[in-house]
Amino acid sequence: MPGLEDLYREIILDHYKSPRNRGSLEPPAVRSEGHNPLCGDEIEVFLIVKDGIVDDIKIGGQGCSISQSSASMMSAAVKGKPVEQARALIHRFKHMMSIDEGGEEPDTSTPLGDLEALQGVVKFPVRIKCAVLSWNTLAEALDIAAE
Amino acid sequence: MSFDVQKVRADFPVLAELINGKPLVYLDSANTSQKPNAVIDAMTHFMQHGYAPTNRSAYQLAAEATDKFEGARAKVAAFINAPKVHEVIYTKNATEALNLIVRSWGVANLSAGDAVVLTHMEHHANIVPWQMLAAERGFTIRWVPLTSDGLLDLSNLSTLLDGAKAFSFTAMSNVLGTINPTAELCAAAHKAGAIAIVDACQAVPHMPTDVQAWDADFVTFSSHKMVGPSGLGILWGREALLDAMPPFLGGGNMISDVKLEGFTCAELPAKFEAGTQAVIEAIGLGAAVDYLTAIGMDNVRAHEYDMTVLALDSLNDRFGSDITIHGSTDAALRGATISFAYRDVHPHDISQVLDQNNVCVRAGHHCAKPLMRILGSNATVRASFYLYNTPSDVTALCDALSEAGDFFTL
Ligand SMILES: Cc1ncc(COP(=O)(O)O)c(C=O)c1O
Repeated sequence: MPGLEDLYREIILDHYKSPRNRGSLEPPAVRSEGHNPLCGDEIEVFLIVKDGIVDDIKIGGQGCSISQSSASMMSAAVKGKPVEQARALIHRFKHMMSIDEGGEEPDTSTPLGDLEALQGVVKFPVRIKCAVLSWNTLAEALDIAAE
Repeated sequence: MSFDVQKVRADFPVLAELINGKPLVYLDSANTSQKPNAVIDAMTHFMQHGYAPTNRSAYQLAAEATDKFEGARAKVAAFINAPKVHEVIYTKNATEALNLIVRSWGVANLSAGDAVVLTHMEHHANIVPWQMLAAERGFTIRWVPLTSDGLLDLSNLSTLLDGAKAFSFTAMSNVLGTINPTAELCAAAHKAGAIAIVDACQAVPHMPTDVQAWDADFVTFSSHKMVGPSGLGILWGREALLDAMPPFLGGGNMISDVKLEGFTCAELPAKFEAGTQAVIEAIGLGAAVDYLTAIGMDNVRAHEYDMTVLALDSLNDRFGSDITIHGSTDAALRGATISFAYRDVHPHDISQVLDQNNVCVRAGHHCAKPLMRILGSNATVRASFYLYNTPSDVTALCDALSEAGDFFTL
């Protein structure tokens, strides 16, 4: 059986204790909201897209260390990046969580940075939902911003 | 009969399982209970020797299966002291039983301008069906609030009940453990001219139940929480109410005649039992009732009382101000279902560390989101004890909890 250290890597606990990009943004920023019906975790994503770039992102809501750290790492990873790259990262992250959405195999040539630490979550199937909650919520926010 | 928890444990094969070499500490019985050999064997024996359709075919095996199926109904009736056996209706689970009440009694009796009273500690199963019908019919839902120690705040009850047609409430909270004064609440409903509906999911498995002493109109519960199989629930209702209600689901078994122009309903209980029933599960529930009766529901309640006192004391002694236990501190007012917050550690993370020690608890909203909002959190850890739990389970919970605390020092 995988041990707790496989799940709770130090970098995860670091993002949990000091979450990046925490807060909210006023309109015209878009806002989307995600719920994990199993455990009640809630994530809010506030997003400003300017000229095809994720200009600013803030994370609200409350949840467990996995959902919160995943949201924190995600916000750091997509801030300042082109929307396409953010979408590709969502695809790649879900793929890493063994969620098969079809489509092309993600490009894994670039390093994932801190996000790599969440790889261990796959060994704890009930926690996968926690890890992907913010990513699904970001995908929804990107859709709203594109409208 | 004296109660010996070690003997009880020996009846539940899963409790002897080792997971990753460590014993199982099952503290999730408010969610669903484990099953004793008596239930497993009764169902297996019935499938091996007696399975056949009920209420349909005339051959001997079918007649005997029908007798057993109806025999289980009689056992359930006696277990809750129902005045008449045919007032006991088999459903899929308590959720379906509550939906039956809303979709049958509610549809016949509720319209715009009416009111139904619920409480802030209800399970979604006793909220959402009412909200669904209210959206169609435009009646209002009024809510009995809670006191700071997790009891129902009855100070405005008569005002809330004034003009209401139904008061539907849980006999025991699945989150706070609070045992409500069910007979008193039924009397208050009747005084206001409302019917009293009791969600007894958390009561029937854990304490003696007497629907006549409660003077309730409808009572619902699930087999799987009372050492019986999943897939079966019970609705008990007063004969006069059930007779006056329209059917719920239509199909085979619930009719007395069908013509091209229409149908007539069967008599109770078949009127509310459309289609092929959960026969094997009913045999299992009958065995569960026999099992609990032999142990004695007073003994079950007494054991759970002791477990509650021990668990509350141990958690408070070991964790002091680091732990916030929801609900009453008085074990006489509550069952052995204990929800808590531990420091700032998220319940999901706590349950992960507990799971590493085979301590099974539920972390989440417990299908009571309105209550969670009132408690000011979106999740709690819930440890729930039953007749097979021991003081060493309390110790295992506390040990695992301090490990979680060490791991997540923030
Ligand atoms: C108080 C209460 N009411 C209703 C239910 C619903 O029971 P079931 O899911 O078996 O239909 C439960 C169990 O989850 C419960 O605890």
